[in-house]
Amino acid sequence: MSTQEIIQQFEPKQHNLLHILHALQDAHPENYITEEALEAAAGHLGVTKSTVYGVARYYTMFSLKPRGKHIIRVCASPVCELLHVNDIIAALEEELSIKTGETTKDGLFTLELSECLGQCQEAPSMMINDKIFNNLTSARIREVIQSFKDEARK
Amino acid sequence: MSIQETRIVLKNAGKINPLSIDDYIRAGGYAGLRKALQMNPADVIDELMEAGLRGRGGAGFSTGMKQKFTSESCQRCPQRYVVVNADEGEPGTFKDRIIMEQDPHLYLEGTIIAAWAIQATQAYIYIRGEYHESIDKTQKAIEDAYAAGFLGKNILGSGFDLDVEIRLGAGSYLCGEELTMLESLEGKRGNPRIKPPFPAEKGVFGMPTLVNNVETLANAPLIIANGREWYRQFGTERSPGTKIFTISGQVNKPGHYEVPLGVPLQDLIDLAGGMRNGKKFKAALLGGAAGTFVDASMLGEKMTYDNLREKGATLGSGAIIVMAEGDPVYDILHNCLRFFRHESCGKCVPCRVGTTQLVKQADQLKSANGDRKKILEQMVLESQIMAGTSLCPLGQSPILPLESAAKYFSKELCTTHH
Ligand SMILES: Cc1cc2nc3c(=O)[nH]c(=O)nc-3n(C[C@H](O)[C@H](O)[C@H](O)COP(=O)(O)O)c2cc1C
Ligand code: SF4
Ligand code: FES
Repeated sequence: MSTQEIIQQFEPKQHNLLHILHALQDAHPENYITEEALEAAAGHLGVTKSTVYGVARYYTMFSLKPRGKHIIRVCASPVCELLHVNDIIAALEEELSIKTGETTKDGLFTLELSECLGQCQEAPSMMINDKIFNNLTSARIREVIQSFKDEARK
Repeated sequence: MSIQETRIVLKNAGKINPLSIDDYIRAGGYAGLRKALQMNPADVIDELMEAGLRGRGGAGFSTGMKQKFTSESCQRCPQRYVVVNADEGEPGTFKDRIIMEQDPHLYLEGTIIAAWAIQATQAYIYIRGEYHESIDKTQKAIEDAYAAGFLGKNILGSGFDLDVEIRLGAGSYLCGEELTMLESLEGKRGNPRIKPPFPAEKGVFGMPTLVNNVETLANAPLIIANGREWYRQFGTERSPGTKIFTISGQVNKPGHYEVPLGVPLQDLIDLAGGMRNGKKFKAALLGGAAGTFVDASMLGEKMTYDNLREKGATLGSGAIIVMAEGDPVYDILHNCLRFFRHESCGKCVPCRVGTTQLVKQADQLKSANGDRKKILEQMVLESQIMAGTSLCPLGQSPILPLESAAKYFSKELCTTHH
């Protein structure tokens, strides 16, 4: 779907803005909202581009910069910290050869931190795209990352 | 012997197919709505008020009272709204997720009852963007409820119309605060509004709005179907009913547990399988980051809104993060302070500067060779000033974990860390 086609699905009312931004970001292979998309959303809703930009910047789930194909969001909140998520983050950084906040050279992964994902019963936790991964260990990290790499090679 | 759970809100959880409205109806679902629609809206509110239902989102405010204010404010206003707070961002909390994933019709039914009570014809369910399963299951429940005549025009022949829509959050804790949520619902940045006016007077799109938590609304069908007397057999005089606690950290069986309000903290830990590998209890953080630390001296305390408040603690969202001997309170406190720094919207100076300052001071607490006691005192003072001068409740929150950690664990916080 083109940017316009996505935007046209929504009634031109500002209260739809978050939904529009979610849809635009989800549709982009690099998981972000482009300048052009911001402008198109503003045009559709009849608000200024700076309004749309301000909203997109405010919410942490939105990115205005290109990201990897898969977004890894590791929970860094108290329960996960208590159950040693720092080791998990270290394992991810090593496995991906990047630091938190960066994207791998092949464009496959971006590593981000998140606040509590609401999975504390099986902490430590992370999400990759829409999927939840719980009870993480360093060994499991390697397995999961490998499975995404294998998938990409197919 | 550990106590048993009392599942009323979670009575269907894990027992019925959450995607099947027929299952839900067979289990007695939508009986509360049928009954409510035959009552006066004012009587529905009265029933919830007399049952003593209090908001499960954290503040514990009387639900009936809030509905009464909302239904009586601005009689000239052409529209009223119900907003369901399903943003669930408080660290350690996942009870609303359990309801949404395992029995979505229950809180949807509660939403329809609340809308009838305040005569709202539009409801929004604001779900955090990360909760994909909750979003999908709620969407399915809404579609099936339309098809079955529980939503839309002339619900069950009552002449009452209601539309319900899901709205998505996008990763902001502050948007769980009710006034900020209204901004977000309008498609704006989550900048807090100043109280008053309360949402009951001037809510979303400037109209009277009832904001209730998912768990609060999940109680409504049970109360209407079974009556206030039935409901009051659970819990205490001033905190009736049950509460879903989410217990995490150093217990053997972390998870969600529904018990009557008033159960002692120790019983909840036992219910969660006791301390992990027989470790010794050290502390619990009650109510998440905007919550309070307690030590073992509080294990016998009854978990009610008022009792905990009297003891300087909080029930909040029902999160219980359990720490064992050897776990560093410092790290968890530091984590909470970073959380506030990250989630502060920066609109007002006391909170923008204060949340940054508190993290810096917490760093000093670790590195300083100087007077750690002084630093800790400074931090508490700073958080008190923030509580008095910040624009919205977020800036008023750091004092909660900070003051309580200082109260119970100052010795540990003021000794050298390794
Ligand atoms: C910073 C902040 C975050 C909040 N987050 C939530 C939340 O995620 N879910 C919720 O139900 N209430 C949250 N609240 C409480 C709401 O402001 C409000 O009290 C609640 O939705 C009212 O519903 P209730 O009366 O049914 O509890 C939050 C409050 C603050 C100050
Ligand atoms: S208290 Fe914090 S979150 Fe609230 S308005 Fe001020 S800066 Fe924003
Ligand atoms: S603290 Fe990590 S999932 Fe809740």
